[in-house]
Amino acid sequence: MFLVKGLKINKEKIIINIFLIVSVTTILILLGIFLFLFFTGIKTFNEISFKEIFFGTDWNPTAYGEPSWGILSLLVGTLIVTLGALIFAIPLGIASSIYLAEIASPKTREFLKPTIEMIAGIPSVVLGLIGIFFLSPLIAGLFGLSNGLNGLIASFIVGIMILPTIISVSEDVLISLPKEFNEASLALGATKWQTIKMTLIPAALSGIGGAIMLGLGRAVGETMAVLMVAGNSRGMPTSILDPVRPITANIAIEIKEVVSGSLHYEALFLLGLILFVITFCVNVISEIIINKQTKKYKW
Amino acid sequence: MVKIIIKNLKFWYGKKQVLDDINLLIENKKITALIGPSGCGKSTLLRCMNRMNDLISSSKIEGNLIYNNKDIHKDYEDVSILRKQIGMVFQKPNPFPMSIFENVSYGLRAAGIKDKEILKKIVEESLKRADLWDEVKDRLDSSAFSLSGGQQQRLCITRALAINPDVILLDEPCSALDPIATAKIEKLLIKLKDEMTIIIVTHNMHQARRISDKTIYMLDGKVIEYSETKSLFVKPKNKLTKDYINGEFG
Ligand SMILES: Nc1ncnc2c1ncn2[C@@H]1O[C@H](COP(=O)(O)OP(=O)(O)OP(=O)(O)O)[C@@H](O)[C@H]1O
Ligand SMILES: [Mg+2]
Repeated sequence: MFLVKGLKINKEKIIINIFLIVSVTTILILLGIFLFLFFTGIKTFNEISFKEIFFGTDWNPTAYGEPSWGILSLLVGTLIVTLGALIFAIPLGIASSIYLAEIASPKTREFLKPTIEMIAGIPSVVLGLIGIFFLSPLIAGLFGLSNGLNGLIASFIVGIMILPTIISVSEDVLISLPKEFNEASLALGATKWQTIKMTLIPAALSGIGGAIMLGLGRAVGETMAVLMVAGNSRGMPTSILDPVRPITANIAIEIKEVVSGSLHYEALFLLGLILFVITFCVNVISEIIINKQTKKYKW
Repeated sequence: MVKIIIKNLKFWYGKKQVLDDINLLIENKKITALIGPSGCGKSTLLRCMNRMNDLISSSKIEGNLIYNNKDIHKDYEDVSILRKQIGMVFQKPNPFPMSIFENVSYGLRAAGIKDKEILKKIVEESLKRADLWDEVKDRLDSSAFSLSGGQQQRLCITRALAINPDVILLDEPCSALDPIATAKIEKLLIKLKDEMTIIIVTHNMHQARRISDKTIYMLDGKVIEYSETKSLFVKPKNKLTKDYINGEFG
């Protein structure tokens, strides 16, 4: 009896230790990646000024004679694609999550929710292909452009990619609201729509904000589809119909042609570092918001 | 005068029958208490009266509930009209995550009243009616969650009063409250009885005795006895009622 008990405890201890080792290793690897990114990236500043990098609009590291290192046009590219994606995905995402959480019958919901989550599983290359072959001719025709690969189509494709995140997280937030809110509101003679508008959305608002931030983080980091459909011209875009070259796409394009250890190589790591910092902050903030939301109404 | 007529009411959750042939005449401007052991169907019966059971998709109902000569289930296409006349207060205080003012004015705003002055006036009147005004008048804009449990429950009653209902249904409104808060609510209900019909579910026999005019004793989805509160507690006609009362009073 005693022996068995002792053995059991030992076994548990071993398992706990294994888990500990695994998680510590994961954290170390992540830390290692970050440190590598950081120390390689900041080397760029040894040769190029902060001002030239962050306020220069011209990115042309391979120019003959006088290369330029301004990342502003790339940042604007990322900004256009991200904001465009959000403008498209926020209304659609919130509306869908409200429909799923509050209006759809349980059966419809059971069918729709996994279907929407499956969109998240579509490889981004496939979405890129669809963009190139179906959407871009459409957009070119619609706006009379010679080429439909631009910020608009990239926004649209990235919007589709972040929709499942926004829908599913917002829906979780709405579903987890106490059912008492719903009952109290209906019992006061409010209609279902008034209940949604006056109580449920305001109560879920911060959580929905968190869902949007999560989507934003994904949009900033999305590479493959953007690379395929954004057009990738390096000039400063002046409208959403211009081809754009977001940071992610730029790294993917140029990393093939740089010499390891060169200045260009370091600059690409700096771009990676910037991306990492943005997405990391966005994700941490959204996690905090969503966590707070789910604990908000526990009585 | 009769306020609500309940005729041959039967109710099912899925296949499970919970109410079995209920017949009752609920009297106007009286407090009717609904007592009985846990699970006998008190809440279900109460929720039939303002159609909160509509929310449960697998439920089925038979029979009639007549309110003001109208069939509650057949003659109210827009159920929100019914619920403005038959208000409800729940077991657990459930204020909205909003300010005290917004809580009290909620039903009015849902009814389409936008005028700030009118809202202010009715909010003040309702809070005074519920004897809550003095406690909250300086903090109308603070969150309803900042109130004590008893105050929250009185706020929920105020919120129901603000739309001036004709009938008010209360499902164990004091079960989460201390005796002092409970006494305040009982006092309030007795005061309100002059203006509206009150139906209250309670597990507390003393409470039923203290405040109600009529008492319904339910068991297993059936009404066992329905009479004047005094006579039901002093001289129950049915042996089952007697057993229950004796058991509860110990
Ligand atoms: N939503 C529901 N779905 C299925 N069954 C339910 C549901 N609500 C209640 N019931 C069942 O119906 C029966 C009556 O429930 P009801 O809540 O009306 O009882 P009650 O008399 O109010 O009990 P209590 O005093 O505990 O509040 C119980 O057996 C309960 O388990
Ligand atoms: Mg109950």
